[in-house]
Amino acid sequence: MSKFWESRLGVWSGFAAAAAVLFGLAPLLLSGFRLGLFAQFICYAIVAVGIGLAWGRGGMLTLGQGVFFGMGAYLMAMHLKMADAEFRGGPGAVPDFMELAGVRELPAYWVPFASPVFTIAAIVLLPTGLAVLLGLAVFKRRVKGAYFAILSQALAGAFAIFLIGQQSLGGFNGLSYFRYFFGFTLNDPVNQRMLYFITAAALLVVVAASLQLRRSRYGELLVAVRDAEERVRFLGYDAAGVKVVAYAVAALFASIAGALFVPVVGIISPASIGIVPSIMFLLGVAIGGRGTLIGPVVGALAVAFAQTALSEQFPSAWTYAQGLLFVCVIALLPGGIASIPAVAGRIRVKHRPEAVEATT
Amino acid sequence: MPHRPEHRPRRAARAIAATAALIVTAGAAAACGARAGEETDAFEPCLDTSGDTVKVGALNSQSGTMAISETTVLDAILLAADQINAAGGVLGKQIEVIDEDGASEPVVFAEKAEKLIREDCVAAVFGGWTSASRKAMLPVFEDYDSLLYYPVQYEGLEASENIFYTGATTNQQIIPALDYLAETGVESLYLVGSDYVFPRTANAIINAYAEAHGIEILGEDYVPLGSTEFSTIVNQVSAAGADAVFNTLNGDSNVAFFREYANVGLTAEQMPVMSVSIAEEEVGGIGVENIVGQLAAWNYYQTVESEANAAFVEAFKAEYGADRVTSDPMEAAYNAVHLWAATVEKAASFAVDDVQEAAGGVSFEGPEGTVVIDGENNHVSKTARIGEIRSDGLLYTVWESEGPIEPDPFLDGYEWAADLAVAE
Repeated sequence: MSKFWESRLGVWSGFAAAAAVLFGLAPLLLSGFRLGLFAQFICYAIVAVGIGLAWGRGGMLTLGQGVFFGMGAYLMAMHLKMADAEFRGGPGAVPDFMELAGVRELPAYWVPFASPVFTIAAIVLLPTGLAVLLGLAVFKRRVKGAYFAILSQALAGAFAIFLIGQQSLGGFNGLSYFRYFFGFTLNDPVNQRMLYFITAAALLVVVAASLQLRRSRYGELLVAVRDAEERVRFLGYDAAGVKVVAYAVAALFASIAGALFVPVVGIISPASIGIVPSIMFLLGVAIGGRGTLIGPVVGALAVAFAQTALSEQFPSAWTYAQGLLFVCVIALLPGGIASIPAVAGRIRVKHRPEAVEATT
Repeated sequence: MPHRPEHRPRRAARAIAATAALIVTAGAAAACGARAGEETDAFEPCLDTSGDTVKVGALNSQSGTMAISETTVLDAILLAADQINAAGGVLGKQIEVIDEDGASEPVVFAEKAEKLIREDCVAAVFGGWTSASRKAMLPVFEDYDSLLYYPVQYEGLEASENIFYTGATTNQQIIPALDYLAETGVESLYLVGSDYVFPRTANAIINAYAEAHGIEILGEDYVPLGSTEFSTIVNQVSAAGADAVFNTLNGDSNVAFFREYANVGLTAEQMPVMSVSIAEEEVGGIGVENIVGQLAAWNYYQTVESEANAAFVEAFKAEYGADRVTSDPMEAAYNAVHLWAATVEKAASFAVDDVQEAAGGVSFEGPEGTVVIDGENNHVSKTARIGEIRSDGLLYTVWESEGPIEPDPFLDGYEWAADLAVAE
């Protein structure tokens, strides 16, 4: 990474460029359908920013972000279903999918989700709280490396199976058919565009928050814990506490992404949050470059874009092409897409020996 | 370190503040659209019929766990389109099938459905298999007022103006299966199913039927989708000594279940198993020796004796190979394309409104017999058939309903089912 992007001017111009693309170029160039798809990709990118922090900076291989993404998504979906039911049948009405399943009485745990304030608070607090509890239990016991990865992945698998068994949460089918988002009709093109703007803005905020954390003293501590946890502990820091914070922030980002995913895509089901989606989240970060600020965003967008573009071109063989692409990126660019400028720089230097003289 | 780190957070904080300001500006710039209850602008369909072709979509899983089943449906859709094209097309236009991969994921089904409608401007889409995929696509087809032809038997309790259901609903598959079992003297049942909406709904119906008809339910067990651990359940089934087992397991679980069933020495003579998700395609995977003599409930088997079916099987084998088999969902998808074409011809228009209006009463002489679209609920009338699995791996009809059964997705015509679901 060149010095410019770390300077004040660099940060500002980076954000300005991103804002210009997200708020200017994208809505101008993309059709309604493609813009909605882009909003979906941005949700994945928001999860990726959190993984970049926890894994790239904190060294925690979080293979289970689907849990927090799913919590945010289901919490939001419950509110949307309650709002729909209330709009159709007045207060206390039962959501349509329960009616079909023969449920006449609203389960007690659904009742508070009629309130938008409660829902938003739950989206922020529940996944974060769960991550803190899990983090304390795991990191205090100094579980790390592959053991932590296995544990987090098992959690994602268990969560998906748990949801499939919950008929009052739609079971295997999940929750879908949302009509309104905080009082606005979801199938209105103007509102869909607004939803895209909200999602894009959330991405910028999340990236800015991540930048803030990286550049703070805490961020340096986090990297230190990643690289030499024992030494940090001997210096008197609470290494487990440092990790818990990054894990909780990543969980919060994933939850926000999930909450936005539901109105954008219109469905959430266990298939979107289990082990495979959790690995896909991580894959985007790896492809993009986990250590950098912007790498996870670029990677998540690139993976999602490649998936859509390839499957539209080659509906029956795209999975091979995608696999090949992953192998190539990992083999040729171990640092991810974000390392392309550096790699290109090295190649240039190699081809012009006199340049080496000049820079050294 | 050349400078104090404390300075840096403030800079980032300012970046956040600026971002927030930007959001407010953007929010102000973008006017808000319709609120709940207000009318929204209708989506303008972009279907272009000026050329000599008409586009339709085929949306099936070509990757993921469902690919093995759903690619066979795609084959049947392509075959039907080829046949219609060879006979001169629809309203004189050749059908151009655009296939997309649903990837066994509901979210992808929704995405590709929207792509087919809004980018490719198709006249109709054929596809979907799991209820999850149909539920994911339903709002898309309603929002953009387009047509989906869904070709798989399902749990009923649904009737969208934008979906034509060419597979069986519960009164064309599960209830006839129960009638058959009751007729053959079955007085007790054991229920085994995968844990998701179809088996749950099916078993709710079976329980209500059993209560009304004096059949005893000796057990009801669910396993997670994809589970292959059946020793406990099969032992319980064996110990319960029911007259028959009603099986709503899905996919790989059937393989493990029937192997275990045969392992403990249970046979079709002692305790027959009635299955609703096992067709010609699945028998090979389970192993004929493990399942021979067992029963299945569908509307179509490859062995159905009719002229239309002989022609269908012959055309399919000629196109895709002599070793391939035809099954119920494939046949329903094949019918779907022909029914759509017949409806378009009747309406003399590809427009969604015209097709919806003309659909009621449209019929097609399909391999299973005559199928007729019910204009009330967009399902089709179908002949119910109980099949027995024989040693050649095919299913043979041992009982069939007297003519096609009218679709009744909400079971309004069954008194004992009154408590099952709310009215439409």
